[in-house]
Amino acid sequence: MLLIATSIGVMAVILLTAVGEGARDYITGEFRSLGTNLLIVIPGRNETSGGGGPIDLAGLSPRPLTIEDAQSLSQIDDIRRIAPVVMGEAPAEYDGLERSAPIIGTTPEFLSIRQWEMESGSFLPGVSMRYSPPVCAIGKEIKEELFGDDSALGEWMRLGDRRCRVAGVIAEEGRAVGIDVQKIVIIPVALGTALFNRDSLFRIIVDVENSSRMDQTRQSILSIIKRRHQDKEDITVIKQDTVLQSFDNIFNVLTMALGSIASISLFVAGILIMNVMLVAVSQRQAEIGLLKAIGAKNKQINNLFVVEAIMLSGSGAIMGLIFGHTITYILKISFPTFNFLPPMWASYVSLFVALISGVMFGLLPARRAARLDPVEALSGNK
Amino acid sequence: MIRLEKLSREFQVGNQVVHALDEVDLEIKENEYISIMGVSGSGKSTLLNILGLLDTPTSGDYILSGINTSKMDDDEMAGIRSTKIGFIFQSFHLIPRLTAFENVEMPMILSGINPTERKMKASSALEKVGLTDRSDHKPEQLSGGQRQRAAIARSIVMEPDVLLADEPTGNLDTTSGKEVVKLIEELNLSGLTLIMVTHDREMGDRSNRLIELRDGKIINDQSNN
Repeated sequence: MLLIATSIGVMAVILLTAVGEGARDYITGEFRSLGTNLLIVIPGRNETSGGGGPIDLAGLSPRPLTIEDAQSLSQIDDIRRIAPVVMGEAPAEYDGLERSAPIIGTTPEFLSIRQWEMESGSFLPGVSMRYSPPVCAIGKEIKEELFGDDSALGEWMRLGDRRCRVAGVIAEEGRAVGIDVQKIVIIPVALGTALFNRDSLFRIIVDVENSSRMDQTRQSILSIIKRRHQDKEDITVIKQDTVLQSFDNIFNVLTMALGSIASISLFVAGILIMNVMLVAVSQRQAEIGLLKAIGAKNKQINNLFVVEAIMLSGSGAIMGLIFGHTITYILKISFPTFNFLPPMWASYVSLFVALISGVMFGLLPARRAARLDPVEALSGNK
Repeated sequence: MIRLEKLSREFQVGNQVVHALDEVDLEIKENEYISIMGVSGSGKSTLLNILGLLDTPTSGDYILSGINTSKMDDDEMAGIRSTKIGFIFQSFHLIPRLTAFENVEMPMILSGINPTERKMKASSALEKVGLTDRSDHKPEQLSGGQRQRAAIARSIVMEPDVLLADEPTGNLDTTSGKEVVKLIEELNLSGLTLIMVTHDREMGDRSNRLIELRDGKIINDQSNN
């Protein structure tokens, strides 16, 4: 009972921190896959610090970020690639089969920015910000669902009220911007804005040539767009690195929080230990009395019970470690996309907290045992 | 070797003070064989507990081998109990999870004697009480007489000066009771001071000196010879 309580506590610490770490790993991995030399231009001012001023009245919708804005950025020398992105969802149909598919409208630069590989065909051939021939690239799963084992290359499929020819299949698995890459359909950016009837881009991803020029480039982007937007600074430029950093921090804190919540259960287990030890002390009164009669010092009796409490909590903790790691291992196998990572410190900390609570809650009963009056203890009826 | 001077022990029972021992003066010499008798509540167990340093007097002095014990702290008393005093109880008080041998080792473990010496002394103590062939039995596998002999082995393994026995035959049948008494009398003959609480007149008469208590006072102190 007692062992189970402690082991559940330790297990909880490991599982929760594993989930937290897994989530952190997942999110940061997601961002890292984008590369770190990236600047992301988002319409609207998200930051409240600096600039702005009284012009930014509430309720005023931001000026759209257009394809022309994206084009204008190409005058900055430090920028290597620009990928405007528009996102939405539309039904994809081929030969009577229809699927609702997440759609990204962008330019061929997107492929190299994301460092994706093609399984077959090519990614948006002949497409640029100006030209949007009706071509698309599709994920593996949507290809499977619409075309089966047949080749999709060169086939015309319908996207909403538009048509496009499949030019390539993306080899990538995993997720991008929260979307399963295997289910995605990628189309030229201008086709996207037309398809979704939207004049604003979702964002512009900018790949900077030299990572030491990130801040200058950011300033150049801000000033160019500002000029284009009637002198209003109505965009936000995020450094990929900063986002990654802050997510990393958030998840670290989250993991710690989860871990400490789980540690509370260890203290609950500690209280159980205390209870059991108190019962043990009263059950073994006669023995304690005897030990005193044959010359045990108070300290020896005290140590005896503290050691017993530590052994109880320690073996419970070890059981918990075994269970916790086994379960995370099983979870890892069952959900391979999500990486459950029980951090090393969680094992140490939980073991430590379990032992500490064992000592803490073992001390009181032990002290009670040590202070027993030998005469009363020997008579054993109190 | 033992001297009690105006030794009193009071207990608070509700709002009434009970004098378990009332200004007792007593002198015990080395190697004596003493029986303490008295009706229950006469204070004989309290006297034995105080002699064994399990209990402390409310007032008066207890001088053991020239040392006044009334100013000792718990650990010092534990030390004396460990080296100078051996206890035998009516209900044996063996630890049920341990074998007879391990029970005998216990006092030596507590006083930190090394394992080799411990094993040697434990086997010789068990041999003395004639329990060598039962040394790896748990208490529950032993008869009452054997249990008490194991307890006696435990009490003498630290080579004490005084053996305190609280109704050592109280839980035993007549035959094994006689064996046990014979055993502790032999120990007395080999030099141990033996102090035994009993309510059995026959046993009291076997001793060299018989002390009778009533209401915390010694009412009779006679030598049998």
